[in-house]
Amino acid sequence: MEASSVSPGGAAAGGPAAAGRPEAIKAIPVRHWGRWISAVIVVYLLVALLFSFIKNPVVEWSTVWEYLFKPYTLIGVARTIEITFACMVVGAIGGVALAVMRLSDNPVLSWIAWGYIWFFRGTPVYVQILLWGNIGVLWLHFYAGLPFTGLVFASTSSGHLVNNLFIVGVLALGLNEAAYAAELVRAGIISVEAGQTEAALSLGMSPALTTRRIVLPQAMRVIIPTFGNETISMLKTTSLLAVLGGGVELFSRMQQVYAQTLQIMPLLVVASIWYLFITSILTVAQAWLEGYFGKGFGAEETEAAEKRAERRAQRADDKLAKEARHG
Amino acid sequence: MDDGGHLVDAVAAAAAAHGQPMVKAEQVWKSFGKLDVLKGVDFVVQPQQTFVLLGPSGGGKSTLLRCINHLEKIDAGRLYVAGELMGYVDRGSVLHEMRARDVAKQRASIGMVFQRFNLFPHKTAIENVMEAPLKVQHIPRKQAEQEAIDLLARVGLGEKLDTYPAQLSGGQQQRVAIARALAMKPKLMLFDEPTSALDPELVGEVLDVMKQLARDGMTMVVVTHEMGFAKEVADGVALMDGGVIVEQGPPREVLENPKEERTKLFISKVLV
Repeated sequence: MEASSVSPGGAAAGGPAAAGRPEAIKAIPVRHWGRWISAVIVVYLLVALLFSFIKNPVVEWSTVWEYLFKPYTLIGVARTIEITFACMVVGAIGGVALAVMRLSDNPVLSWIAWGYIWFFRGTPVYVQILLWGNIGVLWLHFYAGLPFTGLVFASTSSGHLVNNLFIVGVLALGLNEAAYAAELVRAGIISVEAGQTEAALSLGMSPALTTRRIVLPQAMRVIIPTFGNETISMLKTTSLLAVLGGGVELFSRMQQVYAQTLQIMPLLVVASIWYLFITSILTVAQAWLEGYFGKGFGAEETEAAEKRAERRAQRADDKLAKEARHG
Repeated sequence: MDDGGHLVDAVAAAAAAHGQPMVKAEQVWKSFGKLDVLKGVDFVVQPQQTFVLLGPSGGGKSTLLRCINHLEKIDAGRLYVAGELMGYVDRGSVLHEMRARDVAKQRASIGMVFQRFNLFPHKTAIENVMEAPLKVQHIPRKQAEQEAIDLLARVGLGEKLDTYPAQLSGGQQQRVAIARALAMKPKLMLFDEPTSALDPELVGEVLDVMKQLARDGMTMVVVTHEMGFAKEVADGVALMDGGVIVEQGPPREVLENPKEERTKLFISKVLV
């Protein structure tokens, strides 16, 4: 520093500027021959496997292309997506309700939620689908009224329900999902620090407002990634509804086709391609949602906050300019 | 802060108590299971006064503070804020627990600042400050925003309005937390070891805001280990240990000329 402070121009660099920065190190990196050899072997084997599949006459690529964009297939894809989202809506609403019940001070509500979760997580979803599909055997009619009083406002034959496979499917998978979602939401709520609730209460916020404005948005950060996984998993689980028959979703439609044409492998490939395509899109959507609910937790200032800061600065400038004009 | 800008309207705060003491604790008992944390605490804080609770950890200071705004229910005794019984309704000889909604109403006029700041991490500084005025008092957004901007400017954070808590230093977070509590225009402020979680070089900026607040006439109950703050600002101090107030009085008496052995011991340890 002594030397540089004497010459007025050279002070900017600071440090031992006279010597300058030493020459950058140019060393020869360690060669990982083992990595290269193992990679080549693995790629070689994978290519061989892929070829034996693609070139396999049983796959019948012409049939795959034929069915991939057939309206019959596309309707199946649309139904699968519809059922998936309907199930996740039922699951999410049911899950939040069950989680709040489970954490409630009311022991009756807490135990009902516990029992629900116990039953729906304790039995295979495949069995639950069949239970819902056969519910007409248990009850021939559904009534809306007051039990034990004979009061009935409306009634319908259970056949109406059972014949609508869409509703059966959404009920079976949605109610099952609610049990899993409940535990997810509960874990999310518990993960929010107790100090957050105390701070909100001390500001005069009611318990309900505290849950809605402070606890749940923070719980979302924990819930969303897992809920995204659940959605992707649900998309694939809808294929179990094929047991109900009736071509209610993609996989049961593929089954119906190959039951007649015996082109099992090509139609399984069609189904796989579509499932892979949709799960890929869902993965991207999930990443976006994680970013949205993670705000305030990243090290970087989020875009939204930056934009707000800019807008505020702009407004302040406008105000000053206005005052300058008038004053 | 020192340019004459007041943090609060002292006259309004004082009027809220209607000539009553701001805080009055009578024989307050509190236990967690079998452990008695408070064993009959009595004290009074007059409007516009700063009351400092000192004492070793585990002595019951923080619990007492949390009882004042009914974050903890007391088991025996009475606790009044501005003449109002906290958390209960007295109907003749029978006490009724207050509904959550009414407790919330009582808490809305009592600000609280926590050791760990407890800012809402998913909201920016200004959103933290605006949350309760918007959602509890339902004041218009424009007005809430203007008041929040003013408050944050007065605690020296005019440049940090749109910053999330995670990007603020501890001292800055605590100043946002103070602004958040002041945004509800409280008649009483509670401070629970507000500087204990701060790096030493950041303690001063938070204490400065609190001193300004005391000068502006805010009524404050402060749990702290900052003896300097107690000497400079407090109107009354109390030493708590083992769930009771060992000694209380003006800071000059309690801190410089303590009567009780326990107080002497504590002060000699703290001042090392």
